[in-house]
Amino acid sequence: MKNISIIFSRELLSYFSTPIAYVFLVIFLLLSGSFTFYMGNFFERGQADLLPFFGFHPWLYLFLVPAISMKLWAEERKSGTIELILTLPVKVIEVVIGKYLAAWFFIALALLLTFPIWITVNYLGSPDNGAILSGYLGSLLMSGGFLAIGSCMSSVTQNQVIAFIISVVVCFLFLLSGTNLVLDFFNAWLPQEAVDAIASLSFLSHFTSLSKGVIDIRDFIYYFSLIGVFLYINIELVNIKKGG
Amino acid sequence: MIEIKNLHKKYNGITVVDNLSLTVNKGEVLGFLGPNGAGKSTTMKMITGFIEPTSGEIKIKDYLITNLSYEVKKYIGYLPEGAPMYGEMTTYDFLLFIAKIRGVEKNNINNSIDSVISDLSLQDVIYKRIEHLSKGFKRRVGIAQAIIHDPEILIMDEPTDGLDPNQKYDVRELIKKISKDKTIIVSTHILEEVEAVCTRAAIIAKGKLLFDDTPIALKNSGSGSLDDIFREITLGVGN
Repeated sequence: MKNISIIFSRELLSYFSTPIAYVFLVIFLLLSGSFTFYMGNFFERGQADLLPFFGFHPWLYLFLVPAISMKLWAEERKSGTIELILTLPVKVIEVVIGKYLAAWFFIALALLLTFPIWITVNYLGSPDNGAILSGYLGSLLMSGGFLAIGSCMSSVTQNQVIAFIISVVVCFLFLLSGTNLVLDFFNAWLPQEAVDAIASLSFLSHFTSLSKGVIDIRDFIYYFSLIGVFLYINIELVNIKKGG
Repeated sequence: MIEIKNLHKKYNGITVVDNLSLTVNKGEVLGFLGPNGAGKSTTMKMITGFIEPTSGEIKIKDYLITNLSYEVKKYIGYLPEGAPMYGEMTTYDFLLFIAKIRGVEKNNINNSIDSVISDLSLQDVIYKRIEHLSKGFKRRVGIAQAIIHDPEILIMDEPTDGLDPNQKYDVRELIKKISKDKTIIVSTHILEEVEAVCTRAAIIAKGKLLFDDTPIALKNSGSGSLDDIFREITLGVGN
């Protein structure tokens, strides 16, 4: 635990000692705000909830989370610091988790800074704040899923651009598998159970209910298993590929 | 103590380290010499547990290095090839991070940082980012992080690369000063360095150990300068 917290602090410090943190926060807040108000018709809908706000999160994360995660391992390998960190008295699992948690904490911070929108909706009407909290929780969990994929893909290569592109593609597949576009295609020739199985792998299916305030333990299990699987692969990849 | 027995490393079918056996005792400073690509860095990476040997064994303080043993890493200080460091950190933050993760005791951390800062004359760059430092300072920060926890085993890959003559002199004096109760391996291209700081010289080329004796014996092993002797020993291999 002690090593994880030392790695966590170092990583977090490094976000804020480079422009990455500020650029990310500003872009995230600008985009989430403008999507909600302009494309989400926040005012015109006349409803006191944050559905248009949460509705854009999967698409926002699709690009912004890989932008954070692409450097996690690719940069360590490119700059050679992976040799420094892995010859310290730490276990690979501690480094992977420490780095992952720092990035997740950082995204949580960005999410927390969207609080003015929560104040706005409370000022304009009387929304179901429980549902909003559930939406935030769902959004945080979903970002954790995107991040685990991104961290794993970052350990595949020492090139950050490649890490970014692969992460976006893999995350996109996980998103799409829940859309009607994909499901209709499978509906035509696969039994309903198989289509449900594909849909159940999707970020969207597990996020939609949470964003509406429906807390289902299965959604939590889904996200935590997904994170677990990708971080496990991440650890193995670091072990296998660290030397060359 | 470091014991290396029949060490082999192959990358994609090419042998990089070939049946290398070496023992370095406490109090010894082994100068690891060899042309570029001889397998020096690869051997050091295996000793520090970063990469695994294809076959053979490495023992450090009677711990066998297998599966990157966690315990043994505590006793090692390591300056990797090229002194990689987190450029966005300041010298102080970086040394603090290393001291913490190396397990330096809390009430000892400030002393350890102060002592390496003074040993390596880093006073002027404490609060500067590492990426903004000159090559000489970077290398010295790299040495500082390797010795901050007063390790029993010290492995340094070209510690004096990029230093000016005065800085080289200082680093050599530092190595001599701390070497009494440590086991040290230093790789270098500079032959005078071996004469100046090492108690033993090992020459490898194409992964094979070709010479292992005192620097004086190396000097006496042929006629002419150290450079000539080095050429004589290393050029014959594999032809």
